[in-house]
Amino acid sequence: MKVQLFHTCIVNAVYPEVGLSVAAILERLGVEVEVPLGQTCCGQPAFNGGFHADARKVARHAVDVLSATEGPILIPSGSCADMMVHQYHLLFAEDRAYRDKAHAVSERCHEFSQFLVDVLKVTDLKARLTLKAAYHPSCHLLRGLGVRHQPRLLLDEVEGLECLPIKDQEECCGFGGMFSVKNAAISGGMMEAKLGNLEASGAEAVVSCDMGCLMHLAGGLHRRGSKLKVKHLSQVLLEGMS
Amino acid sequence: MPGFLERVETALGDDSLKVALGRATERLASRRSTALSGLENSDLVRDMARRAKLGLLKDLAGNLETFERNLKKNGIQVHWARDGKEANRTVVEIARKAGCRRAVKSKSMVTEETHLNQALLAAGVDVLETDLGEYIVQLAGTTPSHIILPIIHMTKERIGRVMHERISVPYSDDPEVLCKIARVKLREAFLSADLGITGANFGVIDTGAVCLVSNEGNARLVTSLPRVHVACMGIEKLVPTLADLDLMLKVLGRSATGQKITTYSSLVTGPRRPGETEGPEEMHVILIDNGRSDILGGDLAEILGCIRCGACLNACPVYKHIGGHAYGDTYPGPVGAIVTPGLRGVAAWKELPDASSLCGACKEVCPVRLDIPRMLLQLRKAAVDLGTAPWTLALGLWGFGAVASRPGLFRLAARVGGFAARLLARDGWIERLPGLPGGWTRSRDLRAPAPKTFQQLWRERQARKPASPRPALPPVPGRPLGADRTRKDV
Repeated sequence: MKVQLFHTCIVNAVYPEVGLSVAAILERLGVEVEVPLGQTCCGQPAFNGGFHADARKVARHAVDVLSATEGPILIPSGSCADMMVHQYHLLFAEDRAYRDKAHAVSERCHEFSQFLVDVLKVTDLKARLTLKAAYHPSCHLLRGLGVRHQPRLLLDEVEGLECLPIKDQEECCGFGGMFSVKNAAISGGMMEAKLGNLEASGAEAVVSCDMGCLMHLAGGLHRRGSKLKVKHLSQVLLEGMS
Repeated sequence: MPGFLERVETALGDDSLKVALGRATERLASRRSTALSGLENSDLVRDMARRAKLGLLKDLAGNLETFERNLKKNGIQVHWARDGKEANRTVVEIARKAGCRRAVKSKSMVTEETHLNQALLAAGVDVLETDLGEYIVQLAGTTPSHIILPIIHMTKERIGRVMHERISVPYSDDPEVLCKIARVKLREAFLSADLGITGANFGVIDTGAVCLVSNEGNARLVTSLPRVHVACMGIEKLVPTLADLDLMLKVLGRSATGQKITTYSSLVTGPRRPGETEGPEEMHVILIDNGRSDILGGDLAEILGCIRCGACLNACPVYKHIGGHAYGDTYPGPVGAIVTPGLRGVAAWKELPDASSLCGACKEVCPVRLDIPRMLLQLRKAAVDLGTAPWTLALGLWGFGAVASRPGLFRLAARVGGFAARLLARDGWIERLPGLPGGWTRSRDLRAPAPKTFQQLWRERQARKPASPRPALPPVPGRPLGADRTRKDV
């Protein structure tokens, strides 16, 4: 099997190691990974800001690049995957030329944990890692894509890894893209509440499937001088596999 | 009124608000989920409730006319009000004609919207709120901060102080004592009132009746003791039949307060009939538009299916942080972020749809499954289309669109931007940014971009790879648990 990795702009610029760990895991599972190098961004920042014309420009480009490829599209982000799976319908509702093309792309998109569990039917990666982890279900993964169990199933199979309960676990961390900048005070308040609950859990690492949320939480943890680390699910799994 | 961001700062700085809100919303959210899980076929009931509410919006005008006919058959006088002023004028006129001087009110959000109390007082009609929360709001001279729990923002200590100052009773922070005092005051008012004003939780079309739910029984006294009863009702508050009303009541109490059913559900079917010994001599229903028909035709029409349970407020992390008053108008929380711009125009209220992380908790708890995040996104688009966005942001996103649709330019921008950002960074972190991005560094540091992008690393990795790739491990046979869970499609 061959997949197309849509690496997302945050992974490309800030967390390239996440893209590499996703690719490494897939290759270990016998999946060939291709990275369409013409890709840029899914268009979500402009779309969520209400700038649909600008978002369409970027999304059309993503659709063009991905349409030229074949096979499943893998996205290491619940938020970007939700954008491409659910919001392209809205964005291209009146753009006849791209509606069907975008729909075909949407149908091929999978978030990372969703792809492993639902498509490859893999939960046990024979990984071993001594780690106290706090799983943070990002909102667009959980409520947008409806991916609630897949990341937990993968973490549960890691020998030595303990997934700790978190108070208000499914509550938003306060990232929300542009929201974190435009409504910085509210976003900061939500982040503080989340960080308090994460730290109180006694975890050593926050594990999630969205680097946007993790970049926001990591920034708050760094400001606090906290020892708590943030990790993408793939990083934890790969660490346990090697 | 101060601007939205100022109101937010005030709310965030209020520690007692945080305590009061946190306690109440947490309790409500957990009671809601317990109550709904105890409802048989709750998903189906919610779907059916949604269908009933949204279905009648397709011919709202026709449905309203049928409702009017059936109300009249029951001896109820019907009035139409295009806006709040007209609604208030109608109530004042009814009071004047019937010679009413003392009104008691049960809880009604639509009359908060029209500021009916001020209009009545100006016309010389005394008015008293009889819902305990609304009574305290009235004493304190403020407005409700939640659609079903008007004083969710107040601690019992503050309530005690308000009652002590405004009605000269000894200070107490014992809820039971405070309730007893209020009960005595309210009983006096009930017995001397000649006008009863209510809202309407639902208008049942086929029966020509108004349904009122309350937990304090005050709505029953308001509708039965005074000579005249006026029900003020938004034009969207219809349900087709009593069977549909049953669906609504099943989900309303559970979603609002975690109750299987609200303590008092009244179906008011008209004034006192010949031979009856109780009830008002005349009953009026005022059907109030006040902006609703403008919403009906557009992208936000779905919000008219809202049954005002307040579950989205209790689930919303933003509401839980800033409370109701920061929203600046009658309806707070996620529903308010749509209703307010919908009723009053998005240009003046564009901050409300922006103040959401789009986490979707509201959609998850909504008993009639309103797609609130979608409507927030459409309001943001409407605001941008009106040209209300700051030019810096518009320029920034135009630039984003232009660059991110050209891969070569995008790569260059990533490198240049990354280089510039690393210059600002210390040990890989940026602590302060200017302008709009400064919002980020207000409460968190920013991780600087990596020295090499993923694409650079990927190219290097592929170049290093031997011509024939290392044989991969066969797929691990895993438990197919969760395999039946596929992508949720909207």
